[in-house]
Amino acid sequence: MQLDARWKKLQHEAHPDKFAAQGPAAQRLAMQWSVRINEAYQRLKNPLRRASYLCELHGAPINAENNTAMPGDFLMQQMEWREALDAADSMENLNEIALEAKLNGHKLLLKIEKFLDAEKDFAKAAQQVRSLMFIERFVDEVDDRIDLMQP
Amino acid sequence: MALLQLSEPGQTPDPHQRRIAIGIDLGTTHSLVASVRNGASECLPDDQGRVLLPSVVRYLEGGRTKIGFDALADQVEDPCSTISSVKRFMGRGIDDIGNREHMPYQFIDKPGMVVLQTTAGEKSPVEVSAEILASLRQRAEDTFDDDIYGVVITVPAYFDDAQRQATKDAAQLARLNVLRLINEPTAAAIAYGLDNASTGVYAVYDLGGGTFDISILRLTQGVFEVVSTGGDSALGGDDYDRALVDWVLAKGGVTSDTLTASDKAMLLKTARACKEALSTAPHVPFSVRLSKALINFEMKAEDFEAASAQLTQRTLSAVRKALRDAGLNRDEIDGVVMVGGSTRMPQVRQAVATFFGREPLTNLNPDEVVALGAAISANQLAGNNTGADLLLLDVIPLSLGVETMGGLVERIVPRNQTIPTAMAQDFTTYQDGQTALALHVVQGERDLVADCRSLARFELRGIPPMVAGAARIRVTFTVDADGLLSVNAKEQVSGVEARIDVKPSYGLSDDEIAQMLQDSFSTAQQDMKSRALVEAQVDADRMILAIQSALAADADLLCADERTQVERLIIVLAEARRNNDAAGIEAATQSLAKGTEAFAAQRMNRGIQKALAGKNIESV
Repeated sequence: MQLDARWKKLQHEAHPDKFAAQGPAAQRLAMQWSVRINEAYQRLKNPLRRASYLCELHGAPINAENNTAMPGDFLMQQMEWREALDAADSMENLNEIALEAKLNGHKLLLKIEKFLDAEKDFAKAAQQVRSLMFIERFVDEVDDRIDLMQP
Repeated sequence: MALLQLSEPGQTPDPHQRRIAIGIDLGTTHSLVASVRNGASECLPDDQGRVLLPSVVRYLEGGRTKIGFDALADQVEDPCSTISSVKRFMGRGIDDIGNREHMPYQFIDKPGMVVLQTTAGEKSPVEVSAEILASLRQRAEDTFDDDIYGVVITVPAYFDDAQRQATKDAAQLARLNVLRLINEPTAAAIAYGLDNASTGVYAVYDLGGGTFDISILRLTQGVFEVVSTGGDSALGGDDYDRALVDWVLAKGGVTSDTLTASDKAMLLKTARACKEALSTAPHVPFSVRLSKALINFEMKAEDFEAASAQLTQRTLSAVRKALRDAGLNRDEIDGVVMVGGSTRMPQVRQAVATFFGREPLTNLNPDEVVALGAAISANQLAGNNTGADLLLLDVIPLSLGVETMGGLVERIVPRNQTIPTAMAQDFTTYQDGQTALALHVVQGERDLVADCRSLARFELRGIPPMVAGAARIRVTFTVDADGLLSVNAKEQVSGVEARIDVKPSYGLSDDEIAQMLQDSFSTAQQDMKSRALVEAQVDADRMILAIQSALAADADLLCADERTQVERLIIVLAEARRNNDAAGIEAATQSLAKGTEAFAAQRMNRGIQKALAGKNIESV
């Protein structure tokens, strides 16, 4: 809520519309500011992105593309979910899968919070952030399937 | 040296300096122009008191045109050269246009955008739209007996880059200075929000003649934040007309291949009248004499509802998707606003009320509300101090990406990202010694390039030969506040760069626009010259005024030398303004703008710093 208000206040100062009457140079500058402010807001708004950013700040970058090693049990669970998704043929099935994945994601987020805030173990947090990225992508896929089901 | 007047920053110094700003709703079936007069936004009527201008243009021999009601009356008589619903063709290729067999027009397949064959030759949808815009500009000029400073034009939130660009091109062709393109639901929310001083989360359901939009907005003290948006840029009241025609033809046992162009126009006209009558009556007669058949029977509201139920369902599935993107449930919506003439259909209102479990708001005229909001926004952008301090934070409706190996799309900007925005992604070469990289920019939600809209192709050349995978090519997408995209590609090691404003593959090139402008106005050369001079003088005055109030407020940011330099530039411009030479004035305005760029940057930094002051990192 506080983040939201701050973002709006800053955009009030910097949005290009506020400089519409002051010529292209001022608008170009305003646009650069406005873009930066939106970028900051995007990063901080989403818990997953905020967590990645915090890890990065504390020397534990996520590097999702080069860092694909995952714990075995996590991979097993992912495979089970994917099989369930492939087999799902009704709305109830899909909703169940989505709910389970979302609950898992939520638990993981609480874990990340603990690593970041209480234990200050950023390497461990980064590992969990990578897992959560997998889960979020999976949830998106389930939601896409739900969309296709609906008329 | 003449004494220059100083004014309080942010205030208009003198009533004559008030800039006339208008809002235009360029609709599929009709268009409107509105402006803020005496503190209230109102639609401007034509000389017969009508505010709606049917979006219909008839081309006659010898380059003459009829626009609006006059053209509407000719639709059956001259169906091929009387163009209606042209908004559906903006920024569209021939294959994008559904139901072509229902339309009386002769389409010509052109790369980028389709073209229509008329009595007056080939006309692009941009030219047809420009006729409508020019007619509304004329109406506004007559109303105020003055030149128009600038315009805000509304577009469906779901318009993609090509459609937005085409709209902007049409405005340029109509000699309008576009302050901003804003989304129709956002404009409607402005009109509602400012009237009702609302806060909370609102859904704007906008079913127009040819487009459907749903936007979820969060309103807080003058800030209109679009949380998510969705819709269908080819679904509207026209489709309800067509569903009615199909139903009637099926019932009458008439096949569409026996119909002539006038039959088609006649059927659509009758269907539209029937649809409108059914909004208030349970059954109305449907009677039409075709060239080979006579159709005459009683049309019942429930039959129409059944014939169009699938269309209404399509709008609701877009609503569901927008709610999901916003992360909201339907019971978290504080109000539902209905916009667009098609929301007068009882079955649509009923379906929306059932879906949200609450009666939608309909207290503003659904035809006018978009233009009214656009006018409020235009007035503010023109710098007329209205007291209302509103801020629009809009989003990009469709994801943007580039084509990668195997015809797949790599998304760079996801949909519903707040604009303006810039996002980057790194790519690399896949062959040893590769020196060029082809980039194909696409827009859409699907994974395959073939299912998305192609926006532009360009090449980055001159990459120094390296082994495959060694080059670091950073592709940056920048989307401005109008939702228009430019793309920049840079090889990080060598610094080789390429850039494109997404335009040529759809829309018109700058040369084409310049040519069209020249063609249409070559007889008015002198007129244009004097106009250019007046415009240059107005710009010069505005510039001087802005710089002087900036100096008054923040002079301490400049050292004495810098300040003298700025003042010298002002004097040069004031001198140039007295000579009646547009080019000279423009040059002097340019150098003043350039000479104060650093000052403007410092001022803005100060403004931001002020807003940030006293906050530590955590609370930012």
